Amino acid sequence: MLDIVSSRANSQAESVYCAGQWTLMWRRFLRHRLAVVGGVIVLLLYVISAGAGFFAYADPEAGSATRSLIPPQPIALFNDGRFEPHVLGLKRVRDPQTFQLVYTPDPENRIPVRIFGEGFQYRLFGLFPTNIHLIMATDEAGNNALNLAGTDVQGRDFFSRMVFATRVSMTIGLVGVTISLLLGVTLGAISGLYGDLVDETIQRIIDILNSIPTIPLWMGIAASVPPDWEPTQVYFAVTIIISLIGWTDLARVTRGRFLAMRTEDFVTAARLDGASEPRVIFKHMVPSFLSHIIAATTLAVPAMILSETALSFLGLGLRPPAISWGVLLQQSQNVQAIAMTPWLLLAAIPVIVAVLAFNFLGDGIRDAADPYSR
Amino acid sequence: MVKYLIRRFLLAVLTCIVISLLSFIIIQLPPGDYVTSYVMDLISAGQHITPEQEAALRALYGLDEPLWAQYLRWIAQVAVGNFGMSMEWRKPISEVIGERLLLTAVLSIAALLLSWVLALPIGIYSAVRKYSFGDYAATVIGFIGLAVPSFLSALVISYISFAYFGLNVGGLFSPEYANAPWSWARLWDLLCHLPLPTGILALASCGPIIRIMRANLLDELQKPYLVTALSKGMTPWRAIMKYPVRIALNPFISTIGHTLPYVVSGTIIVSLVLGLPTVGPVLYRALISQDMFVAGTVVLLLGVLTVIGTLLSDLLLAITDPRIRMT
Repeated sequence: MLDIVSSRANSQAESVYCAGQWTLMWRRFLRHRLAVVGGVIVLLLYVISAGAGFFAYADPEAGSATRSLIPPQPIALFNDGRFEPHVLGLKRVRDPQTFQLVYTPDPENRIPVRIFGEGFQYRLFGLFPTNIHLIMATDEAGNNALNLAGTDVQGRDFFSRMVFATRVSMTIGLVGVTISLLLGVTLGAISGLYGDLVDETIQRIIDILNSIPTIPLWMGIAASVPPDWEPTQVYFAVTIIISLIGWTDLARVTRGRFLAMRTEDFVTAARLDGASEPRVIFKHMVPSFLSHIIAATTLAVPAMILSETALSFLGLGLRPPAISWGVLLQQSQNVQAIAMTPWLLLAAIPVIVAVLAFNFLGDGIRDAADPYSR
Repeated sequence: MVKYLIRRFLLAVLTCIVISLLSFIIIQLPPGDYVTSYVMDLISAGQHITPEQEAALRALYGLDEPLWAQYLRWIAQVAVGNFGMSMEWRKPISEVIGERLLLTAVLSIAALLLSWVLALPIGIYSAVRKYSFGDYAATVIGFIGLAVPSFLSALVISYISFAYFGLNVGGLFSPEYANAPWSWARLWDLLCHLPLPTGILALASCGPIIRIMRANLLDELQKPYLVTALSKGMTPWRAIMKYPVRIALNPFISTIGHTLPYVVSGTIIVSLVLGLPTVGPVLYRALISQDMFVAGTVVLLLGVLTVIGTLLSDLLLAITDPRIRMT
């Protein structure tokens, strides 16, 4: 016995042989490089969402007319060869030919960028009141002097707004997918377990929902959200509207798994052992396809994020003062706006990154979901 | 085959009924009705109206009846092509959206066809030359199409063509043809304006097609029948196109039902950004100004047209795939 285990190849085979389902899945997931990268990015985006106040350096609502439409400013890392991160102060001048306001950096006015500097008040994770921010650059008057992604028309710092938008957009995906998950798994399970007429009805409902163009429908429903609702009410209304369609794929996956598993030996064995129906479902069936559900759920999030962005972009989803990626993109609705203020299009980057990350992560989980297949 | 077609037809009818219900809900959702806004107009014009007169107006338009009766009356009118009047445009709704609906259909179908024309050869190439540079490039393009919202690519592409090539990509017609009656010259003008919006829409939907085609074909390429064909001396090109590609193609016709609604949705948003004369801008303006019968009609007709398109694709599938005919 000992010499068998001592051989290295065998011990590796042994570790695969003894590993549980979840360990195998984890190992397989790690082999999928893009999925791991996607997972890290998704995690990072949620960390940013949770600590939005810490990662932003300016109050997303505080604007001033004198800082309207500043182009993005870089942070200079060195000053005369010494490491001294700073940003150059800006001078507002009128272009003598076009009479347009332009901002020119003032090389004399170096404003140091401090790490963990003090700025506006916020509650970290919604609990601890503090005013420490990851980076901070304030002028003599104590106003924010750094605009990594420029400012919007009202002179609000666009980078900080993007950070806060991450919180709203990423949680809409999460809340929406949770509602879809509940609807989808419940209906899919009913469909797969009871079969016959119930199954037929639910399948036809899914067919019908899938054959309706969603955007016009959503636009119609979203437009009737009363204008005097609170931002939180609008948030939940939009989330529910989006998730009412999103559940169909989850229901399909769940139903398929239930159908495939109904006749599996271990399920029959559990039944013959006298296990009650709920016990068979939750103890034996659900754990064996949970990973598939997780994969389908992950793959459903990007569609939610894209839908919210599209609706808000059209002015039918979330509306100011709520800040989401779609709300930020509203400011670049036509070619003229993009020509004047191209940096406001930066809000598209987090959308693209988030959608790609969720897709890669979901693909990886789906591949890992069946660790016993080759 | 007849059984299959009857089944599909019944489902399509059912879907249309559900769509009409949803459209009616959209019409009814905003608080108040036509009379409320009419009374508001009168009051703001300085006239006085008693509650009795208001009730009489409601009775005149049938707005005091229960909802189901109103729905039945609306749907009976719609069935004979009478969609009512647009309050905002002061014209019959059919006049407002008639040509726009046609252009929406033209644009959506063109986009669907283009996404196939682009995606299928790319998918085949990716599968046959697995892990080549071209395969990776196709994957990247597919993912970009998947992740970039179509309104965004529309914005960026129109900006680039405006800033660097001096092209104005808004609209589907040159100004001189915008309101002209149909003629060959106008049709040609439309064809000249189609490629850009069609391309933007196709980019958004070709990502998944490339990936599915690649996956399907990769499965088929490992099958023994291909080895047999090759060992009999068939040229690889012919062997691949004749057997595995045909099998891998099949799921596509059956997925038109999913792709078409997606493309129509995209058309609406892209039209808004590029100012195309489809029903998109009409729907948007109707929703903003609460011209709800226009909005409801647009949602209804878009849905019904999509269902008809899906039904046609099912017919096509039944014709091309003998296995369907058997069941």
